[in-house]
Amino acid sequence: MGRWKEACIQLKMVVITAALGVAATAAPAWGSLGGDAASVQADQVHMRASRQTTVAEGYTVHEMHTPGGTVVKEFVSPDGKVFGVAWQGPWPPDMRQVLGSYFDQYVQAAQSRAGGRIRRGPVMIEQPGLVVHTGGHMRAFGGTAYIPEMLPSGVRAESIQ
Amino acid sequence: MTDFTKLFIAGLGLACAFSAGCGGGGSSSSKTNTVVKSGQNVAPITVSAGPSGNYANGAFTSVTVCVPGSVTCQTISGVLVDTGSTGLRILSSALTIKLTQQETDTGNPVVECLPFLGSFTWGPVQTADVQIAGEKASAVSIQVLSDTDFKAPTKCTGFGVPSADTLDTLGANGILGVGFFAQDCGVDCLLASTNPGLYYECPTSGCVLTGESLAKQVQNPVALFASDNNGVVIELPASSAPAATLSGSLVFGIGTQSNNALGGAAVYTVDGNGFFSVSYKGAAYKKSFIDSGSNAYFFLDSSITGLPDCTTDTGFYCPSSPQTLSAINLGLNKTSGTVNFTVANAETLFAKPGDSVFGQLGGPSTFPGSGSTQDFFDWGLPFFYGRNVFTAIEGKSTPGGTGPYWAF
Repeated sequence: MGRWKEACIQLKMVVITAALGVAATAAPAWGSLGGDAASVQADQVHMRASRQTTVAEGYTVHEMHTPGGTVVKEFVSPDGKVFGVAWQGPWPPDMRQVLGSYFDQYVQAAQSRAGGRIRRGPVMIEQPGLVVHTGGHMRAFGGTAYIPEMLPSGVRAESIQ
Repeated sequence: MTDFTKLFIAGLGLACAFSAGCGGGGSSSSKTNTVVKSGQNVAPITVSAGPSGNYANGAFTSVTVCVPGSVTCQTISGVLVDTGSTGLRILSSALTIKLTQQETDTGNPVVECLPFLGSFTWGPVQTADVQIAGEKASAVSIQVLSDTDFKAPTKCTGFGVPSADTLDTLGANGILGVGFFAQDCGVDCLLASTNPGLYYECPTSGCVLTGESLAKQVQNPVALFASDNNGVVIELPASSAPAATLSGSLVFGIGTQSNNALGGAAVYTVDGNGFFSVSYKGAAYKKSFIDSGSNAYFFLDSSITGLPDCTTDTGFYCPSSPQTLSAINLGLNKTSGTVNFTVANAETLFAKPGDSVFGQLGGPSTFPGSGSTQDFFDWGLPFFYGRNVFTAIEGKSTPGGTGPYWAF
């Protein structure tokens, strides 16, 4: 996405900031990718994060800042479903929370070793129903995950970042 | 990225490639590097299949650990040299001596969960005197990797990647993290309330997050050496065709001895996250880095490079014939230099089981779609072949300035 387009979205954005001091244990155990908009709040509580909401063309972004400095963005379609998540920060977020019901698929995919050789580098998982990419190194991790089938029409995968 | 930005970066890249006005650097692909073979600050390293026998592009060395203040020591071979992480981590299964367990003030053992990109390591934090070549550091916090000594908490398994605490899953007897940082976590782990899931105290009732001071965190042992403690140089000869092994050196210190001077190496400084910029085909990828622990050139994807993914060895590139490519590194200090590199078909490279050195191994790294700001180059171990690469530790003074930086 171009810098100018981002700037336009900034102008249009609606900001709701809520800092929650609620204990993490109060969160329901269900997470957010593929979930409904309510799961965003569950994630916020679980991660003890502050949140701001940005309205873009074709989707809404809920951006959460965890106390550990990691930023998690959850992308919600007009019909209220989380179709993608992106994170960036010194350490990865709690993927069980962020990926929700897709966590097990991620774990299985991350465990499968392609070919006979050890591969050490960025993780790229591209399966029917789940795409996960991670990158970076110690103290600077980033990643995205989305469900290709749930991308709202007109929204491109690279918007999830 | 806008077209204007792309044009600007392309122009900058060209200007830098053909002039010295960008702070030096330049192409180093045609140079032949010299590998220092001896010195009290020189540890031999070998690129080999490693102790598990199936590593590709893994640089291994030996590390001696001792019970603190004693002569009870053990030398561990097959330890992966990793400039992309910080800290010494040894498989519990490779240790025959009992090191000193670190405890909290209340007497609970401290255990760590450290996420890497594709795996995490889990196991107790212990204290050891560490000796590598002629260099020594006393009472160093290290991690002993074990799935069984303590049960990994759900927050640790919640990173979603598998553990790498056995020879089979790690592919090495340990990891020697000699990257930019002096400790692995840094200030994020000082308080239990901000600890992102790395340090735990583990009473018998189970592991809970704890705050861990910088001094107690797992340390870059190099930073604790009495001398030659401002960084490392990895020196490996050039290698293009697949080979069984490749011998080189891990040299401690930058400009501290006659054998570790920067010489003509150009210094590339990095941003606060340890990244510099790599420009490829006119676009700048600002989250790029150099990492001896990555085992290929990982960069972009087929839509940008035109290199097809492998069908069997997924995660690597499989062009029908070797492709010579060019990219421009750009430090935060405006140093720039061109890197010419070749990517061959990974499945062809892997054809001979005895080979483990692959100077032309590449793979995709990028985020979905082209033009994501998350896209990056990860210059893995093949980048080090034929090029002496200096990694300066944060806050440490060197003749090339204060770390962190890379120089080559």
